[in-house]
Amino acid sequence: MSILTTQNLSIGYSKKGKTDIIQSDLQLSLRAGELVCLIGPNGSGKSTLLRTLAGLQKPLAGKTKIDGDETAKLSQHEKALLIALVLTERVDIENATVYNIVSLGRHPHSSWWGNMSEEEDAFIHEVIAMVHLEHKAHSFLSELSDGERQRAMIAKALAQDTPIILLDEPTAHLDLPNRVEIMLLLHKLAHKTQKAILLSTHELDLALQAADRIWLISSEHGVECGVPEDLVFNGSFNRAFESRAYYFNAANGNFSMNYPMTKSVWVSGDKTRMYWTLRALARAGCMVEQNAAVHILVTEDGWQMNNEDISTIEELLNKLNDL
Amino acid sequence: MKSRSLILFIALSLLAIGLFLSDLAWGSIHISLSEIISVFFGKGAEGINSEILLNFRLPKAITAVLAGASLSVAGLMMQTLFRNPLADPYILGVSSGASLGVALVMMAAAFLPVAFVSSGWALIAAAIIGASIVLVLVVGVSFKVNNAVSLLIVGIMFGTIASSFVSVLQNFSNPDAIKLFVMWTFGSLSAVTWNYMTVLLPVVLVGLGLAFYLQKKLDGLLLGENYARGLGISITKIRFLIVLATGLLAGGITAFTGPIAFVGVAIPHIARGVFRTSLHRILLPACVLLGASLLLVCDIISQIPTYTLPINTISALFGAPIIIWIILKRR
Repeated sequence: MSILTTQNLSIGYSKKGKTDIIQSDLQLSLRAGELVCLIGPNGSGKSTLLRTLAGLQKPLAGKTKIDGDETAKLSQHEKALLIALVLTERVDIENATVYNIVSLGRHPHSSWWGNMSEEEDAFIHEVIAMVHLEHKAHSFLSELSDGERQRAMIAKALAQDTPIILLDEPTAHLDLPNRVEIMLLLHKLAHKTQKAILLSTHELDLALQAADRIWLISSEHGVECGVPEDLVFNGSFNRAFESRAYYFNAANGNFSMNYPMTKSVWVSGDKTRMYWTLRALARAGCMVEQNAAVHILVTEDGWQMNNEDISTIEELLNKLNDL
Repeated sequence: MKSRSLILFIALSLLAIGLFLSDLAWGSIHISLSEIISVFFGKGAEGINSEILLNFRLPKAITAVLAGASLSVAGLMMQTLFRNPLADPYILGVSSGASLGVALVMMAAAFLPVAFVSSGWALIAAAIIGASIVLVLVVGVSFKVNNAVSLLIVGIMFGTIASSFVSVLQNFSNPDAIKLFVMWTFGSLSAVTWNYMTVLLPVVLVGLGLAFYLQKKLDGLLLGENYARGLGISITKIRFLIVLATGLLAGGITAFTGPIAFVGVAIPHIARGVFRTSLHRILLPACVLLGASLLLVCDIISQIPTYTLPINTISALFGAPIIIWIILKRR
């Protein structure tokens, strides 16, 4: 079921009468219980779209609707009950514990004094446990790693208890294990809590694995939505990230660099060693062709080129250079 | 955690009460505790000591409590609003704005109706208007400048502009008016008579009430403005209310006591250090108690010599080392 929809939405900035439209005529819909990843090159409007959907920024035209109600007509407080945010800005609060930060998420629900009832307290601990920070609940924010800090901010968004969570590059500045963990966590949360979760990211391979749906945004082609694999098959990724320097490699879901090809070789042999050999050859500017003049045979413990035994890739590349 | 705060609050309250009584007892003439009690309970209200106590030391001690509490609370709100540990009403030019207002009233007194100038309302109104104008300008700029350091510089610049206007005014004023104004800038807690207290007390109470009313929203503001919006806080409204409260507190106090430096920046840090929390519902009362205690100590020290030292000097002697300590701690 769609919870957040847009109608003919145009996003961008308007300053002193000058409007800078970044994306226009967007018809998007975000469904409950789905993790959606917003992907696109820098400058394509990822953050602007998120900010507009969050109501932090006004649409230039069209509307966004939550549960059928127009977002622009909701009060700040009503919006806070529907959308929780995780932003890129770093939060540094002296003396604030994880518990303090997460309980700030209860702000729209709590009384003037902001004191927590027993149920509220239990809920906050439950949310902290969801992001696996139980052991750090009473640690100061300054004592956390970047990954733990990000999880604390996600817990704050969960504590807000909204049907929608929007996250702006939640995996930026994190190392690989933490990036994977955050993505898995969000995927699990979307399915378990039936929330609609939308995040922007640069992590293409992670997004392809974790997202139920991808919004691919680019300046030229607008926003294309779909299940990740469908977008791979229909070539959307290549269109969105069009460049001469690299191409989207549908074989492994990653970007591969376009090296200038000057030589051609023919490679055959052992399968597992083949992958890395091909990578090295591509970097050296060698195009792989059937029946080329130079033939490299990949054996179990080395290579053979023109009937000569070679034991390392470095040696192989040197030999190729000498040709 | 909670019981620790409670014990600290009880200890601080006792400290503040003790300092309040000491402030009443000590001075150029020593008045014993038993005498203080007998004066307060209407027994043996005899002559000069009772006069000193009731009409001089009591309003002065109350003023110290109000000034310490107001400036600390205003400082805490400024630090939260600007998310800058060095922000306070003084640094952001609020006191300079108040000075300009006071200077205008004092030096232009010749042109204003006497009844208006001497009522106390004129000074407090001028100081609050002056302080609020500078704060509104600083907050206005803060919408355009997101960098906290730039904003701080802008605040200092507004303060400098206000001070320059004061200098220009002084240039055209008669020596008596200038002397009156210079005395005002030294800061004095004894200028507040019972008559003025009827003006100052409600202003401070409204300001403090506003600060406590905002406490939950101040917590949300610590996350930064976008997060605060996401929590349903209206930034323009809370900014306006913080400016209003700070204008009432810092402007009101500055009008009657003159500028008192450093209390506003130092006390919130001490409060955070002592209570180890970021919650305003704890920090605000902590600032009230600590600020009141600090100014009572300053007042006691200032009257140790036979003639009274200006309060501004004493508070700076305490405050400046604390600011240095903050910077060294943050590296």
